[in-house]
Amino acid sequence: MTGLARAALPESDEVARRRYLESTGSRRFVRFWRDFIRRRPLGTAGAVLIVLMLFTAAFADRIAPYDPVEIRFADLLQPPSFEHLLGTDPFGRDVFSRIVFGSRTALAVGFSASFVGCTLGLVLGVVGAYFGGRVDQLIQRFMDVLLSFPLIVIAIAVVAALGTGEDKIANVIAAITVPIIPRVARVVRSSALSVVNMPYIEATRAVGSGAVRIMFRHVAPNVFAPYLIMLTAFLGQAILLEASLSFLGLGVFEPTPSWGLMLRGAGMQFLEQAPWIAIAPGVAISLAVFGFNLFGDSLRDALDPRLRTA
Amino acid sequence: MRRYVAGRLLLMVPTLIGVAILTFVIMRAVPGDIVALKYAGSPVPQSVIDEERHQLGLDKPMWQQFTDWMGEIARFDLGTSLWTGHSVVEEIEIRFPLSLELAIIATLLAIAIAIPLGVLAAVRQDTWTDYAIRIFSIGGLAMPSFWIGLLMVLTTITLFGWAPPFVFTPLTVDPFANLAQMILPALSVGYRYSAVSMRMTRSSVLEVLREDYVRTARAKGVRESLVVARHALRNALLPVITVISLEFAFLIGGLVVTEQVFNLNGVGKLLVDAVAHRDYTLIQALVLLLASVFVLINFVVDMVYVFLDPRIRYS
Repeated sequence: MTGLARAALPESDEVARRRYLESTGSRRFVRFWRDFIRRRPLGTAGAVLIVLMLFTAAFADRIAPYDPVEIRFADLLQPPSFEHLLGTDPFGRDVFSRIVFGSRTALAVGFSASFVGCTLGLVLGVVGAYFGGRVDQLIQRFMDVLLSFPLIVIAIAVVAALGTGEDKIANVIAAITVPIIPRVARVVRSSALSVVNMPYIEATRAVGSGAVRIMFRHVAPNVFAPYLIMLTAFLGQAILLEASLSFLGLGVFEPTPSWGLMLRGAGMQFLEQAPWIAIAPGVAISLAVFGFNLFGDSLRDALDPRLRTA
Repeated sequence: MRRYVAGRLLLMVPTLIGVAILTFVIMRAVPGDIVALKYAGSPVPQSVIDEERHQLGLDKPMWQQFTDWMGEIARFDLGTSLWTGHSVVEEIEIRFPLSLELAIIATLLAIAIAIPLGVLAAVRQDTWTDYAIRIFSIGGLAMPSFWIGLLMVLTTITLFGWAPPFVFTPLTVDPFANLAQMILPALSVGYRYSAVSMRMTRSSVLEVLREDYVRTARAKGVRESLVVARHALRNALLPVITVISLEFAFLIGGLVVTEQVFNLNGVGKLLVDAVAHRDYTLIQALVLLLASVFVLINFVVDMVYVFLDPRIRYS
């Protein structure tokens, strides 16, 4: 955290900077976040949204007033009321409860896909930058292939090959991971390139460290800032992709509560008659992605302002 | 320079071959071919199925199917669709103008929104104007474009009692009807894509505004508006152009979901249908086409750089 957190402080604030550098461990961590909250209102707002979402997912069964998958034909297409805060869908399921439980799906898919994708991208980027030459060329070409490959084909193929169903969330995660890998690998590679030629790497090698040790003990920690930033940024994107795939019928399947899935079918079919079915999940998706993007943006400004992750 | 161009062009070949191999392998790894799907559930004797497979050349060994395909590509022959029996070129020709038009309108809208707002946010950095613009742009990244599309349809229905027609009118037949149909999908996609370019414009302009020559221009007494327009924006546009063109490449093949919402019969829908039917020839041709467009635009962007910024010299 040392090198990362130092960048959060502006150069001019010399006293705070020195006090910060003198502090250690957990106090340094606290200082970093205190500074973050004070200087970055938008990022803090994002963090609040994320915490809110985590809270909702953790206590979904306490928050949701109804069972999200229970079908009640007596309550079809009810408009929002005190009984059903966000109305009901054509199966009489409570939309609010489905939104609450949908946060679990969104977070599970978003976090796993982003973590796996960014980590694989990190490994490929560092390996390419460290070895250079043919290994690097090979990895780069492979990343080019993944970049120019339409996501939809990968998604359909993964879903078709591995099957679909309630317990097949892993397939959706796998499909979403693919487009993340090359984007992360590119950024990590260019950051790692500036590290691999530094004298201390040479020194480590002289002492007799092996390639794997050098790459993951000495190079990887130095590209941790872009990694962390992209992890947050792609979390939002992964949630969005899950929604799109589920909307197309290639993602999560009924009756699992998923925001994208709620927009599919009933959301479109009853758009005029029961607009609440389509509006609520869209707002949920937008708020979640909005939170991660705001937070990710401010994290980038704090850790590595020159980094560009569009 | 000439060597660099040649080198870059040559580098496209392995990328596209990689795409071709990956498409081929992925599609064959997916269970069920077109014949199996066609006769699924109906009691057809195995001999008929085998005969049909033989006619389509699906009984040949994998490596031979692949080399056959590569041979056809080398002769610029994309083959015929296994599903419809029409030539692949014909199938794509029908859908491509729609996707291209949508991509162009969306990109133009995105530029029209992104550049002025991006510059404004940069000039007013850390004020409420900046915050508002950034929230607007992050909102564009956060809202699924198909959901924005749904909301737009909902709004026009409730306010004007008008919904986009289901039948597509080509631009050449009736330009007004065509534009009326395209404007909503283009807006819903354009807003999202403007967000990316807006953020790039902002950070790029911010960077340039810190340069010495901007300070010099201000010191000379050049009007601030001129400093921004002439000195800053011009030099800041390079990365913005990259982002915009790469998005454009994605737009052509990436509008699957939006096409679904607005019931447009474009390339994205064609691809989804082709995969659903396991129409190997059509999928392979489409993926290769989309990948080529992507790689080619990447290449053109790099070349445009040299003309826009004489400092860049590739060697």
